[in-house]
Amino acid sequence: MAALLEVKDLHVFYGAIHALQGISFHIEEGEIVTLIGANGAGKSTTLKTISGLLRPRQGSILFKGIDLTKVSAPKIVSLGISQVPEGRKIFAPLTVRENLEMGAYTRNDPKGIQESMERVFASFPRLKERINQPGGTLSGGEQQMLAMGRGLMSNPKLLLLDEPSMGLSPLLVEEIFRIIQEINARGTSILLVEQNAAMALSIAHRAYVLETGNIVLEGPAAELLENPLVKAAYLGR
Amino acid sequence: MPPPLFLKREEESVRKMQNALNRFIPFLRRGWYAVLAGLLILLWLVGRFRENPVLFAQFMVDGIRLGFVYALIALGYTMVYGIVRLINFAHGDVFMVGAFTAYYATTRYHWGFVPAMLLAMVVCAFLAVVIERVAYKPLRDAPRIAALITAIGVSFFLEYFTALDFVFTPNFINYTPLPIKFKTWDVAGVTFSNIMFIVIAVSTMLLVILWYLVYRTKLGKAMRAVAWDKPTARLMGIDVDLVITFTFAIGAALAGVGGMLYVIVYPQIRTFLGVMPGLKAFIAAVFGGIGSIPGAFIGSLLIGMIETLSQGYLSSTLRDAIVFSILIIVLLFRPTGLFGEAAKEKA
Ligand SMILES: Nc1ncnc2c1ncn2[C@@H]1O[C@H](COP(=O)(O)OP(=O)(O)OP(=O)(O)O)[C@@H](O)[C@H]1O
Ligand SMILES: [Mg+2]
Repeated sequence: MAALLEVKDLHVFYGAIHALQGISFHIEEGEIVTLIGANGAGKSTTLKTISGLLRPRQGSILFKGIDLTKVSAPKIVSLGISQVPEGRKIFAPLTVRENLEMGAYTRNDPKGIQESMERVFASFPRLKERINQPGGTLSGGEQQMLAMGRGLMSNPKLLLLDEPSMGLSPLLVEEIFRIIQEINARGTSILLVEQNAAMALSIAHRAYVLETGNIVLEGPAAELLENPLVKAAYLGR
Repeated sequence: MPPPLFLKREEESVRKMQNALNRFIPFLRRGWYAVLAGLLILLWLVGRFRENPVLFAQFMVDGIRLGFVYALIALGYTMVYGIVRLINFAHGDVFMVGAFTAYYATTRYHWGFVPAMLLAMVVCAFLAVVIERVAYKPLRDAPRIAALITAIGVSFFLEYFTALDFVFTPNFINYTPLPIKFKTWDVAGVTFSNIMFIVIAVSTMLLVILWYLVYRTKLGKAMRAVAWDKPTARLMGIDVDLVITFTFAIGAALAGVGGMLYVIVYPQIRTFLGVMPGLKAFIAAVFGGIGSIPGAFIGSLLIGMIETLSQGYLSSTLRDAIVFSILIIVLLFRPTGLFGEAAKEKA
């Protein structure tokens, strides 16, 4: 069976800066795949390119056989890819409910949207308590939950998570990662970008290591966790 | 001081002026002067009121009527600024086109008030969409000053192009017959006209519709999301360009109605008629807090009343000077205006 997402030889530039220098990777249906790497390696660039915010100069991104590099950003969402961006990027003046509604922007089935919202509230009960509060008034952890809930509102087949643990307390990070596993168990494939490599590798099936725009290592997460190079560079020992 | 949002963020010169004020007139910054000035003005107004309450009430009534017309223009300024951070100086000229559209529809083609108003809305919306697509959209990623200069260019283009003989002509045109018969009532010496009620009723209705649109519909929520953060709005699947176009169209449709009402109140039409109301409404939007919809409304009512009061008690030349100095005062001391959003910090 073909992979759910197949990235081939992707080159992305910011002006003269060659941010992605021909990376290739794939995600199978049902997998959690993690992309780890240092600051500026190109992780966010990869996600933005998949979501259609950036266009590659070369290469292809096949999702269910469709080349996303030729598809508009709204269409990519309706095809079933949604992204929880780095830094959460909550719409601060919009209420929690409105933020979630924006996540379902491409959908037109009020009933289904309501069901998705209930499911989000089941995963993040705290959001329900704050439903009419402006998103900007939530705590950092709550904002991360809202960002993830918003990402789930489109019923994605593939969820792109950009550093969900950023700036959160260890306890909250545990909770977020537990929820990521839950989301995955319900059938959503996940591409997880993380600097917290230990955590990411502990829940992922497979992993890729990105260094200055190139994939330098790949394999089952459990193997990378034992890899001496990864240990030295990303696990802090 | 809230973090200033408006020009200050970009205009170093304004910051320098503020620093100069800080250094040389430190007491000016302490706030009590504002209270004092406010009190003096209030006292003066109370004096005027006691002198002749009927006259005073008349000025207020006229000011409110004018304020509602300004509100219809100011909303377009503030919505467009909120979403693309552009002061659309061509907005006053779109308002003028609305006035002409209504004039021709009602006089030459004998359309009724409501159909003419709807036509003015459609024509203005269409014009604004064309302006946005042709002049502003290509500059979306250019420095903001480029779009601002373009807006001024578009404004001049509309004023002078429509003044050509084969368009609207450069002449003053008297709006006769008006689409509604002028009626007045005298209530305890204060004159109310049916036009005033129509202005207030139409504006209020449009404001309620606008409020519903922005806060209750999917499009309105998308407008607020786009105003806050465009890349993230795109991640949600929102067609950002389309939402921006809609914002221009809605603001222009309101201005079109404003143009029609304005020339019914002041039935002298020419292609430069949008300049002053446009500037005043812009000041009202800044006064209320540019980017804020309730701010634009309150600011417009205040500017309308300030205008009629200063025209009535001082002179019509001073009237404009006073209104324009409000702009300067607001920019210097409270660039976010009365209801302005505190500048958002973006990562
Ligand atoms: N808008 C931009 N303009 C120019 N260069 C950019 C831009 N965005 C990113 N870059 C550069 O592209 C490279 C990859 O950036 P990217 O944001 O993808 O890194 P990242 O792996 O997500 O890093 P981090 O862990 O800090 O989020 C970096 O060298 C960065 O400086
Ligand atoms: Mg990043």
